[in-house]
Amino acid sequence: MTTFTLNGKSVTVDSPDDTPLLWVIRDELKLKGTKFGCGIAQCGACTVQLDGNPTRSCVTPVKAIEGRAITTIEGLASDAGEALKEAWVEAQVPQCGYCQSGQIVAAEALLRENPNPSDEEITNHMTGNLCRCMSYVRIHQAIKMAADAEEVSS
Amino acid sequence: MKSPKMKDGVTRRSFLAGSTASGLLMGLGAVMPGASLQAAADDMVSVSSKMFSPAVWFELYGDGSIVVNIAKAEMGQHVGTALARIVADELGANWENVTLSHVDTDPKWGYMVTGGSWSVVTSFNLLSQAGAAGRTVMVDAASDLLGVDASELTAQNSMVSGGGKSISFAEIVATGDVSRTFTEAELGAMPIKAAADRQLIGKATSAIDIPAKSRGEAVYGLDAELPNMVFAHPIMAPTRYGSVVKSVDDARAKQIPGFLRSMVVEDPSGFVNGMVLAIADSLPAAIKASEAILVSWDAGKTAAVSEEDILAEGERLVAEKGNGTLFVDEGDTEAALAAASDQMISTYRTHTALHFTLEPQNALVEYRDDAFHIHAGNQWQSLIMPVLAQSLGVEESKIHLHTYYLGGGFGRRLFGDQMIPAAHAARELGRPVKLVMTRPADSVFDCVRSPSVVQLDAAFDDSGALTGIEHAAAAGWPTLSMAPGFLGEGVDGNGKFDGFSINGADHWYSLANHRVRAINNELAQETFLPGWLRAVGPGWISWGVECFMDEIAEKQGVDPIEFRLSMLDAEGRQAGEGPMQVGGASRLAAALRDVRDRSPWGTDMPEGEGLGVAIAHGQERAMPTWSACVAHVAVAEGKVTVKKIWQTLDCGTAVHPDGALAQAEGATLWGMSLALHEGTAFENGHVKDRNLDGYKPLRMADVPELDIAFLESTEHPMGLGEPPLIAVAPAIGNAVYAATGQRPRDLPIRL
Repeated sequence: MTTFTLNGKSVTVDSPDDTPLLWVIRDELKLKGTKFGCGIAQCGACTVQLDGNPTRSCVTPVKAIEGRAITTIEGLASDAGEALKEAWVEAQVPQCGYCQSGQIVAAEALLRENPNPSDEEITNHMTGNLCRCMSYVRIHQAIKMAADAEEVSS
Repeated sequence: MKSPKMKDGVTRRSFLAGSTASGLLMGLGAVMPGASLQAAADDMVSVSSKMFSPAVWFELYGDGSIVVNIAKAEMGQHVGTALARIVADELGANWENVTLSHVDTDPKWGYMVTGGSWSVVTSFNLLSQAGAAGRTVMVDAASDLLGVDASELTAQNSMVSGGGKSISFAEIVATGDVSRTFTEAELGAMPIKAAADRQLIGKATSAIDIPAKSRGEAVYGLDAELPNMVFAHPIMAPTRYGSVVKSVDDARAKQIPGFLRSMVVEDPSGFVNGMVLAIADSLPAAIKASEAILVSWDAGKTAAVSEEDILAEGERLVAEKGNGTLFVDEGDTEAALAAASDQMISTYRTHTALHFTLEPQNALVEYRDDAFHIHAGNQWQSLIMPVLAQSLGVEESKIHLHTYYLGGGFGRRLFGDQMIPAAHAARELGRPVKLVMTRPADSVFDCVRSPSVVQLDAAFDDSGALTGIEHAAAAGWPTLSMAPGFLGEGVDGNGKFDGFSINGADHWYSLANHRVRAINNELAQETFLPGWLRAVGPGWISWGVECFMDEIAEKQGVDPIEFRLSMLDAEGRQAGEGPMQVGGASRLAAALRDVRDRSPWGTDMPEGEGLGVAIAHGQERAMPTWSACVAHVAVAEGKVTVKKIWQTLDCGTAVHPDGALAQAEGATLWGMSLALHEGTAFENGHVKDRNLDGYKPLRMADVPELDIAFLESTEHPMGLGEPPLIAVAPAIGNAVYAATGQRPRDLPIRL
């Protein structure tokens, strides 16, 4: 049994301790926004936040998050998260869309730490997230837009 | 205004427009709330017997809503938005009222395929005419209701107006007489709006699929679930073909909680060989079990085949004159070569490339009431349906493919072979089975882009003028394995060729003597299942053609752009025919001049840097998307850095301009990724790089500055999903040569 907080709510699962968190979130807790891509922490499609930090859920055993807080795309309710989701539409970012939950979850952690990132800081933070459609130009642009929108609102 | 709403629980009246073998039928259908279009269509069938059968393009409802049915796969190209804009523009619809319905397989939708950059090209006239027919019905019905002559009425924003009166589409559908039948000839004669009158086509809009994809709410095949389902993970045989399972020992797997059983897949279609499934009540348990099960095989005969074996066979094939099928035979190339004072012979190769759709292959299959319900993303339903029917020994009518968003297509999902093992397992177990391939299995099971070899042989006369080119290309042919009915006939009537493995060789340069031979590499064909990878034949054919053009230009001491322009004279067959090819090579020349003028072409570059150029005409000569590309690279210590890419595109009318730009951006980066980042090799019968630790597509840090421009045009729209990819690799290769004096001959480029 593992108990942790998922998007602000306490949940308990009885998956084997070594079950990757990704499959617990998707198949046990039925939140499908987090995706499976490579299984070796190299693509970023499975990115969630563990206590606010971007984490690859495909290689995180569920037992390792006992008592800790997980945020997925569905629970990304911060101002930065909302600004990013809006910017993603404004910049018309997604193509197939499959990687975009992971991209947005990763970007939200960046903007909370660094509300006004430089172009290089955005690239360095995001380059671990593969977009197979290669919508990178727009991902970068949308993060800038969200940062600007945040600045205006704060 | 009478406009019954769905929630009222009353019967709605719908307006249907659909094609039949003999014409187009429109009329009122009684639709129960929540009922599907299928039900309405079935109702129409019973009402009008033979008059109604296949594609139903759109529905108008009494509440003003307009549902456009999309039988194309949504894989990132926002195809539904583009197709619906075409219908809505001619119909005179209010775009705010338009929604999409992505349909499941049913014969009524006609032939279902999404690929080849065909969707908009091939749908444009038909959807325009369907929309125009719908507008005609609306206007005529409004004429009766308003007592105004139809000639005085116009339709716009879902309103019909004229003579000082107006009425909404909603009111017309709810109250008017919209029963109408058009013959096929009448439909074909429907006048399409002049470009100047377009309200939606070519105008800015946002893609309908994007909001859900920006909130984690879009549903892909991997997300499908059914009650009581179990999970399967495959254990792959040592070869794609011919491996036979000798024994399966699952004793160790039985220690894994949740493991249910192992199963050897027997596939009469021949596409799945020697595969064993590990089946469990969770995916992690199935994956673990697949690692614990011990399988021994009699391996197929290709178990030792390597990339170099396949390429060596390709080199042998292209070097022997006379091999293959004639694809182009202009003038007398043999005589030109025999009379040549000088020749230049070059060989270019490309290495195996993976699709690597980020959503790995998966399928959820339920077998109930003697029928298979398959939940998976797919691009070519009409191709996999007969394969499934053969494999499962059932009629196609017993197979239903349910539609989802595709987590990447790129040609991988043109074939749905992962559905085969899942379907057999679902029938055997009597429970829904969700098969998911982890990344290594997905890579091994991929229908990869075949390694290829081309040889180009140029003939020159005494004066050094180019008199002809002989071109031979050898590769595994996807169409031969998966869709042999689509093979083309040699131009001399001898033999067949795979157009998807030779398109691009029939380029728009005027050459008095030009011969192209398409050769199947049988070793490739028997080692793996060759696949259609984004940009397909032109994606690798143009690597050879466009690098070779630079070699000839250099030999002649001419600027590579001036050299190309001199051969883009749009004379004879290069003038183009009909609305698709209108302008011919002159449009390609215009794109080339535009990219020359927008880039710093002709200026001096710093040491170790260079500019390269290439052009392309899209996926097929019959439907050219004209493109010209300049790349700026810097080379240091054997590492190529792309600093900037300029690209000019002429795709005729861009129906959804921002969607067009998005496709151009993504495809341009794909071209660069295949030029520099992506490539693997066969080793012992399978690809050796199976995950991102070895296979490394382009990342954000690699993205150069992009400068992409579309030439203004109102000509027939052409495809864009693939064409912007084609010229990028040769432009980079030519830039590397300009920077270093070293001529890359292999893709990916390795210095």
